[in-house]
Amino acid sequence: MGQTVISVEGLYKQYRLGLVSTGTLVHDLNRWWHLVRGKEDPYQKITITNNRSQRASGEYVWALQNINFEVKQGEVLGIIGRNGAGKSTLLKILSKITGPTKGQIKIKGRVASLLEVGTGFQPELTGRDNIFLNGAILGMTKAEIKRKFDEIVDFSGVEQYIDTPVKRYSSGMYVRLAFAVAAHLEPEILVVDEVLAVGDAEFQRKCLGKMKDVSFQGRTVLFVSHNMTAVESLCSRAIMLKEGMLEKEGTSTEVVDYYLNSGSFDRRRFAYTVADEAPGNYEVRILSAAIENTSSQNPDDVIDVTSSFDIAFKIINTSKAERLYVGFDLCSAKGDVIFGASHTFAAPFGVPVEARCHIPEGLMNDGYYSIYVYIYTSDMRQIYKNEELLTFQVRDVEREMGFMGKINGMVRPKLNWHCNVLSA
Amino acid sequence: MKSASRQEEWTEIITPRRGLWDIPLRELWRYRDLTWLFVLRDIKAQYKQTILGPLWFLVQPLLSTLVFFFIFNRIARLPTDGIPPVLFYLSGIVLWSYFAECLNKTSNVFTVNANIFGKVYFPRLTIPISVVIGGLVRLATQLFTLAIIIIYYIYADEYRFQPNLALLLTPLLIVLLAALGLSLGIIFSSLTTKYKDLSFLLAFGVQLWMYASPVIYPLRAVTGKLRDILLLNPVTPVIETFRYALFGSGYYEPGALLYTALFSLVAFVIGIVIFNQVEKSFMDTV
Repeated sequence: MGQTVISVEGLYKQYRLGLVSTGTLVHDLNRWWHLVRGKEDPYQKITITNNRSQRASGEYVWALQNINFEVKQGEVLGIIGRNGAGKSTLLKILSKITGPTKGQIKIKGRVASLLEVGTGFQPELTGRDNIFLNGAILGMTKAEIKRKFDEIVDFSGVEQYIDTPVKRYSSGMYVRLAFAVAAHLEPEILVVDEVLAVGDAEFQRKCLGKMKDVSFQGRTVLFVSHNMTAVESLCSRAIMLKEGMLEKEGTSTEVVDYYLNSGSFDRRRFAYTVADEAPGNYEVRILSAAIENTSSQNPDDVIDVTSSFDIAFKIINTSKAERLYVGFDLCSAKGDVIFGASHTFAAPFGVPVEARCHIPEGLMNDGYYSIYVYIYTSDMRQIYKNEELLTFQVRDVEREMGFMGKINGMVRPKLNWHCNVLSA
Repeated sequence: MKSASRQEEWTEIITPRRGLWDIPLRELWRYRDLTWLFVLRDIKAQYKQTILGPLWFLVQPLLSTLVFFFIFNRIARLPTDGIPPVLFYLSGIVLWSYFAECLNKTSNVFTVNANIFGKVYFPRLTIPISVVIGGLVRLATQLFTLAIIIIYYIYADEYRFQPNLALLLTPLLIVLLAALGLSLGIIFSSLTTKYKDLSFLLAFGVQLWMYASPVIYPLRAVTGKLRDILLLNPVTPVIETFRYALFGSGYYEPGALLYTALFSLVAFVIGIVIFNQVEKSFMDTV
């Protein structure tokens, strides 16, 4: 490992909650007046810690608080943490999309960040034009793109359509072309968000494979992900953020283990009384959601491998659609999807609807799980998704035979066996 | 010793605030290909959505000329300084609409591009600069049309067309309009990220501003205090000089042009400084 190429020193980021109103101007003037007199920003003192479970009482919140770490050349650093822990904010500051509130980051070398594939694609333009445009947006010069043009087209596999406007592309072709451009960037430091890893399995493999190649070439990679398997296999080191603070730093295995055992995994139920505060947006809101034990009297009882349970949502539809299509992926703690399920139902405007999915007993293995939810309208337009709506644990039970180790496999279905002693 | 030399190797240091004059011009230059690609993107995307394509560039000024001709010349009987009314209006409209386009399109840079700005960093100034360059295409087609109509007047109407050497100033006039439009536009775009109210003000303000510029009337028709006020408008000398250069009547005063140049320069510096400051944190407020 070589020299330090990224040094994050005492980094803070403050966000303002709530709406912009006449108060904005008053605060700005007040802040400016303090600054002129060489005093500290009065609004930094009343800023609260980034904690989602508790309703924010202050007007400002720290998305990041005193973050310090270093990255050496050629290292692949994983950044993990729950939703809202500050991972995306850290990436945004590293990519220069927004500035820090306090502290600094020192960087050696050219940084390219991939927070999305196909940023700035213009649907009216041809594939060829978009390769140049997107490449330039990502920081390549025209000469560089020209040099790599054939390679990019080759990699994307859309040669035949290269002079067709990209609005006529299938979504698969579109993503392939966009990724091909991104894959041919040659920065010294690459910052990658997990959104890159959405898409079909083949595309994910291609992304991850390309990232491995990049790190073999001695470049530095920062990788944010919910997928612990990917973090463990790709990254040499990792850091974990919790409530905007650096909770753990070390080898990726150490940090992933710590993350999985840190108890950040138990959010079995939530409910909101004020619809506007519930997760969602102006088209749909999830008023409450819960994992309820149905084998027991009390739905909040511990779930073990012999329990059956319900995944229940209370949803209020405020979109124009008359029917909603609600689905979830049940994911392992490491972020791999174990199975998905979906259902479509009538959801009258403004009336809460309860949707329940029953998971039979004897299906789940023991472990930690999370629920990713997504909601579509009847015309298959995605209106909402949440990558970690609920998290829960399935406990093991004592077994008849002596073996108490974890049984292999993503699921542990209770299957029927028939055994006969055969006479000789 | 060793640590000191290591400190100097950092290629970039991300800090909360940028110095007031810490403007990344070198970076802007490095991204010059991107600026050019944005210009091409806008032109191509505009062409491709329509049947008439670039002909639309001509419809708007010609229709405005027609409307002005009937309302202000035929009905209100405003003088046109001895210049055939159609030529008088068209020459003013062409310059004014380039200025208005620069101003309007650069005034919402942050809000319109919030999506792409939120995903990737590149010098944000590339976008307003590409708008100003892209507008030149439209301006060129309109100036060409003006030339054709002048030729028509010479042959059909036996109009005695007498341009003078001031015509050589035209490129300078265009640069002044571009600088002024760009500067005010980016000042607005920087302020509207926080104070959205201003965007309502602008749409209305640009319309009013046109009436405070000698587009539909010659400066000569105005006297007294009002004339002094009109001369404070930095667009006034540009339009008047252009008319003087083409048709020999108009207000031509190097001092007034110098005033516009200074005004543009000051606005430009203020615009770049504010834009540069806002660029860094606007994603939090937009």
